[in-house]
Amino acid sequence: MYGDTSIQKPIKIAEPTSAEQARLEEIFQQKIDDDIKIEPQEWMPAAYRKTLVRQMSQHAHSEVIGMQPEGNWLTRAPTLRRKVILLAKIQDEGGHGLYIYSAAETLGTSRAEMIEQLQNGKAKYSSIFNYPALTWADMGTIGWLVDGAAITNQVALSRGSYGPYSRAMIRICKEESFHQRQGYELLLTLSKGTKEQKEMLQESVNRFWWPSLMMFGPNDANSPHSAQSMKWKIKKKSNDQLRQEFIDATVPQAEFLGITLPDPDLKWNEERGHYDYGAIDWEEFGNVINGNGPCNKQRIANHIKAHEDGAWVREAAAAYAEKQQKKQVA
Amino acid sequence: MTELNKVNALVQYAAQIGDNGLIIGHRMSEWCFRAPSIEMEMALMNCALDLIGQARELYSYAGKAGGEGKKEDDFAYLRDEQDFRNLLLAEVPNGDWGDTIVRLFFMSAYNKLFFTALAKSTDAELAAIGAKSLKEVTYHLRFSSEWLIRLGDGTEESHRRAQKSVDDLWAYTGELFTMTDAENLLLEDGISVDVTALKAGWDELVSQILDQATLSVPANNWAQSGSKSEGRHTEHFGYIITDMQYMQRRYPGCEW
Repeated sequence: MYGDTSIQKPIKIAEPTSAEQARLEEIFQQKIDDDIKIEPQEWMPAAYRKTLVRQMSQHAHSEVIGMQPEGNWLTRAPTLRRKVILLAKIQDEGGHGLYIYSAAETLGTSRAEMIEQLQNGKAKYSSIFNYPALTWADMGTIGWLVDGAAITNQVALSRGSYGPYSRAMIRICKEESFHQRQGYELLLTLSKGTKEQKEMLQESVNRFWWPSLMMFGPNDANSPHSAQSMKWKIKKKSNDQLRQEFIDATVPQAEFLGITLPDPDLKWNEERGHYDYGAIDWEEFGNVINGNGPCNKQRIANHIKAHEDGAWVREAAAAYAEKQQKKQVA
Repeated sequence: MTELNKVNALVQYAAQIGDNGLIIGHRMSEWCFRAPSIEMEMALMNCALDLIGQARELYSYAGKAGGEGKKEDDFAYLRDEQDFRNLLLAEVPNGDWGDTIVRLFFMSAYNKLFFTALAKSTDAELAAIGAKSLKEVTYHLRFSSEWLIRLGDGTEESHRRAQKSVDDLWAYTGELFTMTDAENLLLEDGISVDVTALKAGWDELVSQILDQATLSVPANNWAQSGSKSEGRHTEHFGYIITDMQYMQRRYPGCEW
């Protein structure tokens, strides 16, 4: 899963305050231009660090919040095989969250701080998870479209400049592409099923198509501070480029499923060598990002409840560890 | 009711062990996005995957042994409440983290002894399932023991909560060591496990960990039972299968 940060306030880039700092920045940029990965212990501009922490924490939060819509069907999975696939998939998402939180911690922000920012609304997560998972078909659609969109983003991120993040992406992409195939296989089964199953499939795709396209963030024209992220190779491709790649890859897959995508303007443009597509409802996107999606409140309330309900457990673990440590010293 | 013979006894037996895995695995899956930390959640999901995996193998074998061509999903999704013969301990609600850990601990201590014995069954397939499951439940026992010790010997609050969980769930542990007619019949050929013989080992294992956790063994030994032998469940069970079987009941005969 992925969280694009380009909708948020840009992080200010400070001018170098000394000749020494200007020299460090030059060396830093040279490394990036030469495709040498930046590692945690190395010097980096404060804004680079801040941008990465924001992006990585948002990405980790997306993985963790993304467990909720899928978890909604865990106890109702229609076969034991599907149940264990879903369990394993959600477990992977949790693992991705952990992995990215750890990678973000190498930049000096603790997981506890990141979680606090998620819970107080300062940090965002991917808008897609504010949509509900209403039918079993959604378990396939989320894998196919949502993980599909995430992979398109993450393949680009795996070539990013920050070492720990790009390495995490390589591993995560492998698992995500497995999820995407599993999701597609689930939908393929529905497409060969009864009339009701086919309707369930079409209805689910109708709901998730546009929100999936929104996962790539605003149009390039409305994503002004992407340029700095591109220069730092935190971002390797623009929002619109990635969105187009995703659409081009997905349309033939939809045709194979025998379904329609809910966009009357969607058609192949021979001249461009890409699919043209209709206008995205950015008002809806803005609403969902700003707290008015169908599930925003519920997602955060669940996260806070689990966190608060578990406080006594975490305290017990810490107290026990402390006692053990004292015993060892004594 | 059909008279008990060695074929339907084997079907019952395999399905009943499978029911424990499925129901407790299902309960653990209910923890999704509710655990105190991601690490704990992933550990529980790991256990759930193991336990549901055991159920799948056992149901498949039950279907094969019965010769009726029943598949794993027929057992999980198309039987009625009273056909399930899991232990009551497996089905009681998750409660808080303490209840969940104590349940998993009681069950895993039992499973460790049970699968050790099942691995020696004269039925080759059950023996193989026993050997494979033993590796899994050994981890579950380690995980739940470590947590029980942390809770018992953690803070005042966690100690109090853990002791309450032990006291509350204790009444469901007696059923672990009861034998059904099918088990008794299969025992003649060395196919089933004599679970009455596991009690002493379980008591020892449990009291040792409770002791380490600074918790006490409850004095009240009254045992609730009825599910394993007759399919008499708690009030909670109907909701589990209502939830679990919803899709198969609503859309009969579909491929998913």
